[in-house]
Amino acid sequence: MTFDQPIAAEGNDTVVSLSGVSFSYGSNVVLQDVNLDFAAGRITALLGANGAGKSTLIKALSGANPKYSGSIAIAGEPVALSTPTVARHLGISAVHQKVADGIVPGLTVAENVLLDDLAGGFRGLLRNRRRDYAAARAALALLGLNWSDRVLGQDARDLRISDAQLVTLARALRSTPRLLILDEPTSALTSAEAERLFEVLRALRADGLAIVYVSHRFGEIEALADSVVVLRDGTVQSHSERPFAWHDILHEMLGRPTELSQQREHTDRGETVVATVDAVPLFPESAPVSLSIRGGEVLGILGLIGAGKTELAEVLGGLAKPAAGSLTLSGSDYAPRRPGDAINAGVVLVPEDRQRQGILPGWSVAHNITVPFLAQSSRFGTLRGSRETARARDVVAALDVVTESLNTPIDDLSGGNQQKVVVGRWLSAAPKLAVLDEPFRGVDIAARRGIGERLTTLARSGGAAVVLSSDVDEILEVSDRIVVLVSGAVALDGYADELDRATIVQAFLGSDAASAIPASDLEQDAEAVTSTPESPSPESTRV
Amino acid sequence: MSINSAIDSVRASIGDRISAGIVRWGFVGVTIILVGYFVISEPNFRTIDNVFGMLKFVAPTAIAGLGVMLAMTVGGIDLSVGASAGFAVSIAAWTMVVGNLVGTASIAVVLICGLLIGALNALLIVVARIPDLLATLTMMFVIVGLKLLIVDGKSISSKMTLADGSTAPGSFTPDFLWLDRGSVGPVPVPVIIFLVITALLWFLLERTRWGRALYAVGANAEAARLAGIRVQLYRTAAYMGCGLLASIAGLLLAARIGQGDVSAGNSLLLDAVAVSLVGVSVLGIGRPNAWGTALGAVLIAVMVTGFTMAGLPYYAQDFGKGVVLLVALLFSFTFSKKRTVVVAGSMAN
Repeated sequence: MTFDQPIAAEGNDTVVSLSGVSFSYGSNVVLQDVNLDFAAGRITALLGANGAGKSTLIKALSGANPKYSGSIAIAGEPVALSTPTVARHLGISAVHQKVADGIVPGLTVAENVLLDDLAGGFRGLLRNRRRDYAAARAALALLGLNWSDRVLGQDARDLRISDAQLVTLARALRSTPRLLILDEPTSALTSAEAERLFEVLRALRADGLAIVYVSHRFGEIEALADSVVVLRDGTVQSHSERPFAWHDILHEMLGRPTELSQQREHTDRGETVVATVDAVPLFPESAPVSLSIRGGEVLGILGLIGAGKTELAEVLGGLAKPAAGSLTLSGSDYAPRRPGDAINAGVVLVPEDRQRQGILPGWSVAHNITVPFLAQSSRFGTLRGSRETARARDVVAALDVVTESLNTPIDDLSGGNQQKVVVGRWLSAAPKLAVLDEPFRGVDIAARRGIGERLTTLARSGGAAVVLSSDVDEILEVSDRIVVLVSGAVALDGYADELDRATIVQAFLGSDAASAIPASDLEQDAEAVTSTPESPSPESTRV
Repeated sequence: MSINSAIDSVRASIGDRISAGIVRWGFVGVTIILVGYFVISEPNFRTIDNVFGMLKFVAPTAIAGLGVMLAMTVGGIDLSVGASAGFAVSIAAWTMVVGNLVGTASIAVVLICGLLIGALNALLIVVARIPDLLATLTMMFVIVGLKLLIVDGKSISSKMTLADGSTAPGSFTPDFLWLDRGSVGPVPVPVIIFLVITALLWFLLERTRWGRALYAVGANAEAARLAGIRVQLYRTAAYMGCGLLASIAGLLLAARIGQGDVSAGNSLLLDAVAVSLVGVSVLGIGRPNAWGTALGAVLIAVMVTGFTMAGLPYYAQDFGKGVVLLVALLFSFTFSKKRTVVVAGSMAN
């Protein structure tokens, strides 16, 4: 069997088939008797709640879980997927969810594209920069990208997350795979960047590649997929073709009937002003922003990466000082010098990056919950276990956190449940103002609903909740009032029941097209990092 | 699920339990076996004098190890503990012999020096942002060098002849020597100091919110900062605490030797780091902790004393310690399923 054959272009040929694939960690069965076929020239979406077995299945296919039982066949021949390298040689490539894990900082962009070559024994031991650049450029050309030598030679750590995503994708395509696996490839991308990725994927499908696409976002799947596989508790619930019956799919995913409707049935209007932002510029050179945040409502702030969401959140949470202007809280001046000041004043921030900024790895669920409020759990500086347990139990109950016990290490929880713990931690103090930066990233729909309900509860009891996101549907689902941020300025501010989706999307995306880069800069930068202009603001998300 | 896979999973879970048990109790087990062996084979080993003798012998190492442990709780390490202890030995001797201070005054000066060294370490790490491993390694040289400059490169003993030909005015005072020779009932003073410090640190780390905050800084400094913890303050406190403990270890050494031996403390660093790392693995705790560190120190004392009694040459000790440390590291990093949270000498950030 040779591996360099051109990819079959007819479509509907089964490339990879799984029969009776199971996997368990100790006594915990995470995959059970999975039978699936993936055909050339088709995009198969893989759906499932957190912990349904998606990651395990992907790992088995990509050679990272060699101890699966059952059999996997490629083009009809049974194979043993023992390591990622073997899987790649057999034609299965995977792009994993965490983009940062796929990038080696300190190596150049070109070296990152060619990373698999660097791993091989003595072949290609001597590197030649000109040849490397040519090879990297050829790989990037598969994605329709034409990056300059300057970009190829720069340190990959300086890439924007969306470009880093493209680098990992180009690397995956270099081995001319028959099956490409993408695990939540858009979770860190803005809509415009995601749309560009979809174009690439459609082109790859037309070339006859079989694609497995994992995502929590129904909109993406509707736009992209040919069929949908639903996993729940490690078993395949359904494998359906277009047109997709979303109500049924949601039911199969969660195991219970659920409303798909994403609009809120009731829109609250806050009466009292809890906090104000007065003439604060979000970027050094941008115009000042003023905003009043009211108790009794959930405020959704929608914006692309670089629109100033994270900057606004950091100013409110005491992580960064406003460059100018001022803040008020409950009518008096509010100038936190550090996060502790904000917490004491009743302002909490759920940060954007759960792994890096949220959880304490190796710590129990209970201790992760109580860490910002240790003073409330202690007497004379001495910790009271009973108070900690009580607080943790309340949080776990309020948000339906799935955990064996309060003493389970947080690392053992699925991503969605970890996020519930982090959100619950911050809401457990009944804050005056809760700011949540991208709280739904990589979180399944049930967890998202749970968090949304908790925010509504906070608002109904008089508190203010601010959710910042780059996903229109997430914002529509949780918000009473919606503000659209574009390049550090408020582009739209209104109540959800007075706005329609189109108006919001236009305010949000129109900005991207009308992005304020002068045409001369565009030409100059035509060969630079990406093919479309970005907002001129400093990037908040780096690899 | 088929019957075969059910059996497999049960078998797997029994295997997990056995390996978890070994990780948890293995170290204590080895200590008990060693003690049992020496108790049977060496009649002198089982005397109460020997028990206190061993604890007294290991007290300085244990206390310096507790200092390293404290730096480890915030995700750092302190390689200057040995140098700080040696500095304390020379400063104690110098203040008493040359400066003619009484013991208590000398002790106060030494403790203040320890805090200052810790503060200087913290300054380099927290403010100047030099990686902890490199900052404290550099400080090790600086402190040893400074000590040699102060004492003109010589050991200081009572009634020594000074550079100008006169005889030194002071000597090691009895109240200072009490630190080593005194006892409360049958218990020698160094053992009491060792146990009291261990208990205080255990209480601080496990029972107070300051301890929880120290561990939080070590587990994820960014998350700790966002949780309102003053990360830099806690890191500074940890290094100052480490400097203080190192100088206490130095005081005990000075009182034991009875002179300002210029080479004292040189061998302390490796032992101190070793016992704090053993402490991480003891009982499978998986993070730096007070009683584990104390137990690690006792284990090494038992081993050294036992082998010495059994007639092994003194130069075999380092090999024995190395093997113990290697086993400890295998337990905490290789065999343990639990994530080990010590980031000794982490170069990140």
